Amino acid sequence: MATHSNNQYYVPHGSVYPSIISVGLLSLASGFIFSVATDRSKELAYLQAPGKWMMILGALLILAMVFKWMGSVITENVTGKFKGWEDKSFRIGMIVFICSEVAFFAAFFGALFYMRVISIPDLAGYDLDITPYKDFLASWPSIGPGGSVLGAEYKPPANFKPMAAWGLPAINTALLLTSGATITWAHWGLIKNNRKQLIIGMALTVALGIAFLCCQAMEYHEAYTEMGLTLGSGAYGASFFMLTGFHGFHVMLGTIMLIVILIRCMKGHFTPEHHFGFEGVAWYWHFVDVVWLGLFIFVYWL
Amino acid sequence: MSTTTVAHHDDHAEHPTGIMRWLTTTNHKDIGTMYLTFSLIMFFVGGAMILGIRAELFKPGLQLMNPEFFNQLIGVHALIMIFAALMPAATGFANWMIPLQIGAPDMALPRLNNWGFWLLPPSAILLTLPFTLALFGIGDGALATGWTFYPPLSVQGGIGVDFAIFAVHLLGISSVLGSINVIVTVFNMRAPGMTLMKMPMFVWGWLITAFLLIATIPVLAGAVTMLLTDRHFGTHFFDAAGGGDPIMFQHLFWFFGHPEVYILLLPVWGFIPQILETFSRKPMYGYKAQVYSLWGIGALAVVVWAHHFFTAGMPVPALLYFMYSTMAISLPLAVLFFCWIKTMWRGSMSFETPMLFAVGWIILFGIGGLTGLVLADVAADAQYHNSYFVVAHFHYTLFAGGIMGIMAGTYYWLPKMTGHMYSEKLGKLHFWLTAISFNMTFIPQFFLGLAGMPRRIPDYALQFAEFNMISSIAAFTLGLSQLLFVYNIVSCARGGKKATDKVWEGAQGLEWTLPSPPPYHSFTEQPVIK
Repeated sequence: MATHSNNQYYVPHGSVYPSIISVGLLSLASGFIFSVATDRSKELAYLQAPGKWMMILGALLILAMVFKWMGSVITENVTGKFKGWEDKSFRIGMIVFICSEVAFFAAFFGALFYMRVISIPDLAGYDLDITPYKDFLASWPSIGPGGSVLGAEYKPPANFKPMAAWGLPAINTALLLTSGATITWAHWGLIKNNRKQLIIGMALTVALGIAFLCCQAMEYHEAYTEMGLTLGSGAYGASFFMLTGFHGFHVMLGTIMLIVILIRCMKGHFTPEHHFGFEGVAWYWHFVDVVWLGLFIFVYWL
Repeated sequence: MSTTTVAHHDDHAEHPTGIMRWLTTTNHKDIGTMYLTFSLIMFFVGGAMILGIRAELFKPGLQLMNPEFFNQLIGVHALIMIFAALMPAATGFANWMIPLQIGAPDMALPRLNNWGFWLLPPSAILLTLPFTLALFGIGDGALATGWTFYPPLSVQGGIGVDFAIFAVHLLGISSVLGSINVIVTVFNMRAPGMTLMKMPMFVWGWLITAFLLIATIPVLAGAVTMLLTDRHFGTHFFDAAGGGDPIMFQHLFWFFGHPEVYILLLPVWGFIPQILETFSRKPMYGYKAQVYSLWGIGALAVVVWAHHFFTAGMPVPALLYFMYSTMAISLPLAVLFFCWIKTMWRGSMSFETPMLFAVGWIILFGIGGLTGLVLADVAADAQYHNSYFVVAHFHYTLFAGGIMGIMAGTYYWLPKMTGHMYSEKLGKLHFWLTAISFNMTFIPQFFLGLAGMPRRIPDYALQFAEFNMISSIAAFTLGLSQLLFVYNIVSCARGGKKATDKVWEGAQGLEWTLPSPPPYHSFTEQPVIK
């Protein structure tokens, strides 16, 4: 069966990075819990400082290990360990990973639709003789009827305004859509072996990603300081910030990955035939782009 | 046949020994062994917790613990048994057996595989740490909401809830990594000639499990994240004052929670037919029908979730939809039952321990399925909801259908994994003790539930005393019989009669073509399937 000798699968060395990342995650998670423990019982306030240190330590461990881990993958790649067979594993793996990300965002979109379609109309639709929410209207955007449900009194913010779609968010849409085009243009450059086009395209994509993040930071600042729109602004505030926040976090990760890929492009790591690293990040970037379109339509516009 | 092995074999010539071997390993068998060992340990941790519950319920009145601690034990018992015992056992078998069954050199993403396992011990620490912290006066113990985290209780609870939220996050990451690995391995690593419709049933069961995990675990992650922000950052997802709804959490949770049942069972539905065909000495009946049924169940699994909270309040059309779609699951399941029985029909059957477990499993899991049909009926469910009937039902599906299935698989593959035969005598004793004490534990609970005893309450009315006493005594017998299981596994791993390559006379499949135990690198040359 000599045919198999040129078709052997690369099984990497043992690696200590995964288990150290897990220790980092344990430290990060328990540190976070200690740092917010005072929310439920005031006697635990003394845990706040150690909790913060545990978080910092955990985060540093994770970052260092991700850096080393990705470094060894890149080394293996550059030294030609990965051929067509391994490449296909990475491709399928990345597709499945992106599917799981879709399911994660689906939870938050699901919550948004549930509140818009079911819980808010329900709260407004009770029999007027018994409802505590007499003046509450089933409109969207909604910050809820207010009142005290979980012990704490909740007053909807008086100066609340929803985020308008056709200001910064429209600019952000344009930025992300353009970045989707520039990364494709860079990919064409890579396939044609045109390094200049590749690097200019990637640099433009990174710049557009950073511009998007800046715009979103401005938007959040405006929301908190001028519009009475915070995480605590009822159903609208919660769904707005959780959806755009997790999306923004993904854009941030995507931008970091794009920067790494840009550096690798400049070092000449990719060939027209063999560049999964580039494509994986490009897929991720398009995914982030598509999520944003959903956000723009359902969170900002409609 | 060339003598070259996998190109990078020499990389492994000097793999580390001792603890570093296990910390750093990228070998699918090492990782599978770690998953299985972890699962066995956590099975006893979760079991000890529930024996505490059964001891408290031995007599009416409060004797051993306060209600708060009782609630904590119940919630953590469920989380441990589901996430730290059953799921890792299935993943352990996946790691061990999928590469062997499809003729692959290893899992497709070995380092990720290692991370998938090493996320489990931290999550087990997160789940159990609150108990220890409470001893030192930090916080008031673990989460006391039951494993379902329902708000508003979970929003108001102490730091135990936060610990459980993060434990679930880590376990979720681990499951997603495991699923990615299984999907990639199945699609990319099969031996030449092994088409999808020639794959062993276990691989099919796991492939569909992996798809379900990818679709639902991130939704659970999203749901508990909303819980976390409701607890600490002032959002109102589950608070009517802000326009949210506590029932929304139930929808999000059970969108994950119901498929989770099939995530636990599909791998078992995969290898049980293989055990049946081995010990009936004839090929399994209706391979295609079984594969299509598994797909049908996988598809229905994600559209039936609301039957878990019929009584929470829902429009009538929604009740009807969820009732009928739930009952529809019994159709593909009936096909599976038919195929399992038909596989044995007129076979040359023998009853070694794996076969005993498999046949017992069909009957007991059948009871679990039929009582589920009763609970799926909206009108009947109003009576049975939140009663011990539900507890008995899901233990027939998850203990008999899940854990006893895993035991069947353990006895079936143990000689292959260790290279030694286990003690058949002890194995059979273990089966009969388990089957009898299991039924003695849970049959009384059906009647307790029908008579109106609510679940998750540490005290009960006097008329329930006898059945609770029987149930508690049987539960302790069940727990103690599992020591036999451990003894049998450990002594089998340490020595005993040498196992042949094929182990079982009627065994079919690639894993039986390798020596027992298989070499460190399974298939250095991929076999070709005709």
